[in-house]
Amino acid sequence: MINPHPGLPELQYVKPATLQEASKFLADNAGVAKPYSGGTDSFVRLRDGILKLDYLVDIKGLEGTKELSFDPQKGLTIGAAITMNQVARHPDVIKHYPNLAEAAESVASYQLRNRATIIGNICNASPAGDTIGTCMILDGVLKVHGVDGVREVPLNSFFLAPGRTVLKPGDVVVAVQLPLPPKGLVGTYKKLGRNRIGDLSIVAVAVLGYPTPDSASGYRFRIALASVAPVPFESFKAEGVLSGNKITPELIDEAAGATMDSVTPIDDVRGSARYRKQMVKNLTREALTEVWTKLSK
Amino acid sequence: MTLKTITLTVNDLVETVDVPQNMTLLQMIREKLSLTGTKNGCAAGECGACTVLMNGEPVNSCMVLAAECEGANIVTVEGLAKAGKLSTLQDTIIEAGGVQCGFCTPGMLISATALLKRNPNPTDSEIRSAIVGNLCRCTGYVRIVDAIKMAAK
Repeated sequence: MINPHPGLPELQYVKPATLQEASKFLADNAGVAKPYSGGTDSFVRLRDGILKLDYLVDIKGLEGTKELSFDPQKGLTIGAAITMNQVARHPDVIKHYPNLAEAAESVASYQLRNRATIIGNICNASPAGDTIGTCMILDGVLKVHGVDGVREVPLNSFFLAPGRTVLKPGDVVVAVQLPLPPKGLVGTYKKLGRNRIGDLSIVAVAVLGYPTPDSASGYRFRIALASVAPVPFESFKAEGVLSGNKITPELIDEAAGATMDSVTPIDDVRGSARYRKQMVKNLTREALTEVWTKLSK
Repeated sequence: MTLKTITLTVNDLVETVDVPQNMTLLQMIREKLSLTGTKNGCAAGECGACTVLMNGEPVNSCMVLAAECEGANIVTVEGLAKAGKLSTLQDTIIEAGGVQCGFCTPGMLISATALLKRNPNPTDSEIRSAIVGNLCRCTGYVRIVDAIKMAAK
């Protein structure tokens, strides 16, 4: 039963001046200190008693966290303090990564998106995270500042289990870098919730496709699935189906079936495992059909 | 636990407040500034009863620490009327019958005020998307949407 008391457990608010200071403080207080940006996941977990902390470390404004920029050579950089709304309405995101804008806009509500961040979504590592799948299939790489300095972590090796990542004490994720999308890329994000908008996903599918001479079908597809496994994951099985032969509605159906075979959903308050398996197939088919229709024009 | 002193603008007035470090913006508004128009519904960032404008954008004040609001510009429902005159949205929500128990109304007005500022002529769909984060248990939303459309004209 969630206790709707408006307060938070007793804790201290810490605002370090530099990334170095932040990493040192977090490492020195490992287990009782946590970085936060929007706080939209952390506050809920603090109030539920799942998360127990002595310190909340505000990382908004540290070097690189407020960056939101597109480089025609390198791609898109999204800092840790950048909110979902800022991403969704940025002209370069809309132009070059419209599927990311779509995914960001599907999160919760307008008010929440003024605080929630893409980096926070990634670090919270919920299998339901709306922007994670899209960032994964766009080959996103995290820039992490730790006690040993800065390192890069590709998203496809970041998640270990629900809520668990490879981050160590002292780590602050500064930004995510999305490389330039391949030419002709088309993508979409299909989310099934208990209502039309605003809910966490029962199942969600992020799909993108682009023309390439490297595949027998002439196209490569990337498919990421949410809420059907312990972590958001890419269905290589389904992607393989779509690279071997000419793309037809029957092949799309086969790929959708392959996603159903590759997932291990659970029963929870939002849906049953059986329902999720069926829905991931339907959503994948819907998303692939939409992307293919645009690609084959 | 030591208190933190912050200075911020609330409804066009500069306030200096001593806040416990774990106090939310919602608690500060209600308990330190006695602005009780803003409500606590869920304490989870889902119902929107606590919505205020922070630097021009609607946020769930139950999900913001008061301590991080140094220098911020906050507008609550009490700040919508100017010199005793209700805002257009405040007039239309009464006229359209969009208030029953009134608990969602302050947050609803803040979200709608921000919507009309960024999108002066929203479609029905855009209105409904903008108030997704403001739950109403009484009205069924129709008259609230009507009120926002009326104010947009």
